Amino acid sequence: MQSRRHFLASSALTLSYLALGRAWAATPKDLVAIGKQIDDILSFDPAECSEYSGDEIVGNCYRKLVAPDLADPTKIVGDLARSWDVGPDGQTLTFHLRDDARFDSGNPVTAEDAAFSLQRLILLNKSPAFLLGQFGFTADNVAKLIRAADAHTLIIQLPTVQATSFVLFCLTPGAGCVVEKAVALAHEMAGDLGNGWLKTHSAGAGPYRLVSWAASDHVIVEANAHYSPAPNIRRVVVQHINDAAAQFLALQKGDIDIARNLDSDQLKMLAGNADYQISPQPQLSSLYIAMNQKVPDLARPGVQQAIKWAIDYDAIARNITPVTWTVGQSFLPNGLAGALPNQPFSKDVARAKDLLATAGVPNGFTVAMDYQAASPYAEIAQAIQQDLKAIGITVELIPAERKQVVTKTRARAHQLSLLVWGSDYYDPNSNAQAFCANSDDSENAAIKSVAWRSHFVDPELTREAEEAAKEIDADKRVARYHAMQQQFWDRAPFALLLQQNAVSVLRKGVSGLVVGSLPDYTRYGQIRKS
Amino acid sequence: MSKRVARLAGSAASLPITLFGLVLTTFLIGRVIPIDPVIAIAGDHAPEAVVAHVRQELGLDRPLLVQFTIYCRHLLQGDLGSSVMTSHPVVQDLAHFFPATLELATTAILVASLVGIPVGVFAAARQGSRFDHAVRIVATASQSMPIFVLGLGSLLIFYVKLGVAPGPGQVDVAYDGLVDGPTGMLVLDAALQGEWDVFRDAAAHLAQPALLLAAFSFAVIARMTRSFMLEALAGEYITTARAKGLSRTRILWRHAFGNIKVPLVTLLALAYANLLEGAVVTESVFGWPGLGRYLTISLLNADMNAVLGATLVVGVIYLGLNRFADVAARLLDPRTR
Repeated sequence: MQSRRHFLASSALTLSYLALGRAWAATPKDLVAIGKQIDDILSFDPAECSEYSGDEIVGNCYRKLVAPDLADPTKIVGDLARSWDVGPDGQTLTFHLRDDARFDSGNPVTAEDAAFSLQRLILLNKSPAFLLGQFGFTADNVAKLIRAADAHTLIIQLPTVQATSFVLFCLTPGAGCVVEKAVALAHEMAGDLGNGWLKTHSAGAGPYRLVSWAASDHVIVEANAHYSPAPNIRRVVVQHINDAAAQFLALQKGDIDIARNLDSDQLKMLAGNADYQISPQPQLSSLYIAMNQKVPDLARPGVQQAIKWAIDYDAIARNITPVTWTVGQSFLPNGLAGALPNQPFSKDVARAKDLLATAGVPNGFTVAMDYQAASPYAEIAQAIQQDLKAIGITVELIPAERKQVVTKTRARAHQLSLLVWGSDYYDPNSNAQAFCANSDDSENAAIKSVAWRSHFVDPELTREAEEAAKEIDADKRVARYHAMQQQFWDRAPFALLLQQNAVSVLRKGVSGLVVGSLPDYTRYGQIRKS
Repeated sequence: MSKRVARLAGSAASLPITLFGLVLTTFLIGRVIPIDPVIAIAGDHAPEAVVAHVRQELGLDRPLLVQFTIYCRHLLQGDLGSSVMTSHPVVQDLAHFFPATLELATTAILVASLVGIPVGVFAAARQGSRFDHAVRIVATASQSMPIFVLGLGSLLIFYVKLGVAPGPGQVDVAYDGLVDGPTGMLVLDAALQGEWDVFRDAAAHLAQPALLLAAFSFAVIARMTRSFMLEALAGEYITTARAKGLSRTRILWRHAFGNIKVPLVTLLALAYANLLEGAVVTESVFGWPGLGRYLTISLLNADMNAVLGATLVVGVIYLGLNRFADVAARLLDPRTR
């Protein structure tokens, strides 16, 4: 009897203990909980942050001089800058700053803060420094070339002539954020210009300020009391939920208000359900196959073309990634100036076989393909394996962690590799440099672009990429990129497959999340909750 | 006397040697995994100059032996380096993440002991009864079921289907970051600060993973307690006690149970050590921000300072609790002194 009583007591205790969770399913009205994969975050310092999730938070905590027009990202609009002039030499940019912007400390944003922030980017020389470094700014010249003329006038003197739009677009990612100089310097340690502190804090003038971050767990931002117009939601919690199924569940249970990484199957289940709003937004991210040119079979142009003609792009997009990815075959994704909407390749087995035969490998060959062992990449890799088998190419699949695949590709140890590339900024040069330019294919090259990683050397495309970046005439510049895309389809050992859509699912009563085509421009400020 | 001194010296020397072996092995594994830690920090798009700069900053451009020597030198000064993932010193991270694991493991071992020991004692006292059979079946089933299956099953039933338990995590998002207390154990801190809403929410979140781990430890504790008790109950001193007419309860708890304290303490210490270092899967399934999850995420991000630091802590805990069990055995049983 004693043991039975004991068990009954234990069971009652257990059930009552579990029941404690029942009361807190819905989130409060002034708080929005977002479920998202955020384990890539390493730093919130705008001069250092280069991860997608970190960029999104930085974008909400800071403002920049200029920003892309979100309705048409090929155009630039002012953010902290009311207006800007370009000098007759094409090398002097003068920005006139608005006088009503305030940091979350309450202090006004000045040109001195803007100059400090851009100088700091070059001086710290972290990953995003190349955005300005590519124009010739160095630790030695940056203080002289980027300076505040007065409290609301900033002058940027370019070391070399560049297309103005290119320069302005390079100020739009997180690297262009204006940091409050006094706060950064107040937390300076050993000459780090506040980098150590800003890794985990914010000192910006954006609609939110960073309150708390626990790596691979959550990020909390709170409304900046000095931002106008004031954000609708006081507190936004971004909860790291790695698994899409867990996000789906949390959304259905009301534990989160917005899910950001649901997969196609889950989106299909929610489609048409009035309790959820599904909002897709094309991203400047492309899925592609890299063919390493040191593999003799892959170095044959006919083989590269055969692979491009063997893949059933539409079937992959339709069956594996409906909503989340769409067919995109250009190295310039839709949304970048100069991007061609053409999809020149489609599945044509006979043509692909002919190309293989002409290339001297009529019986095909065996090749390995690395890919990230996660959905939907695993399913896409299998589809590609089937498509290439139909023309005689046997693909051995090598699944691995994403960083493992990247490490191997950067070491040029892959044969085929299925990868994702995201633009760094809204200018076409971001992707043109990555996919087309490789002026030094040696192991000690200063720039190890996507082209370098697959030993793709094309002097003409390399020169075109460099000249297009400096083309001042906007129409001529677009024409150059059009021509480059045509040449790329003919000659490059890359099969561009799909362009990503960021799909957010909002619970009924939640609205206003603005998802940008780059993470820097995803905005929480207009979210509403009824 | 000299034998005792030699034993103490040998015992004292084994700890640093074991830890050195642990550090060396983990360090070498960290250097052969096929992920470049520099890419994890600088990102895939970083120019080569930045990659080279980061590699130099991390000391990864130096020979392996030099890297290991530098690491050991810093280690002796209490510096475990900084985590790439969190930007904090690893020591600070461990102090942040370990209390969550401690909270989970301590709750689990308390529940497992409070249930497992009496159940084991009663099962032994009623050997061959239905209760005894039931205990053995439940214990065997709990122990043989993989913990991630139990975890996912538990979430499916109590969170998804019945809706009586909260989902993964240590606390609901509404309460995230509201309590930052002195112990780092959220339930305790919330109680100390009088944040009763947070306390109830955190307790509810703690319940599922803690009970799951407790079920796993219960199996070991109940079975072993039963086994110890059966051996004790077969002793001649128990027959003598019965012959003297002592009550059944007194014989069971004072005479038999009193004599199994030594192996039981060793068993509990090892079970507790297993919970502290073995909660990796449970923490991953339940999104519990503890040491196990820190270790897993660090490993996936090639954050080797964090991996080494967490492994070292696990090793120290395991060895420490082993040593505690030895000392406790000597204190409880004069024959072992």
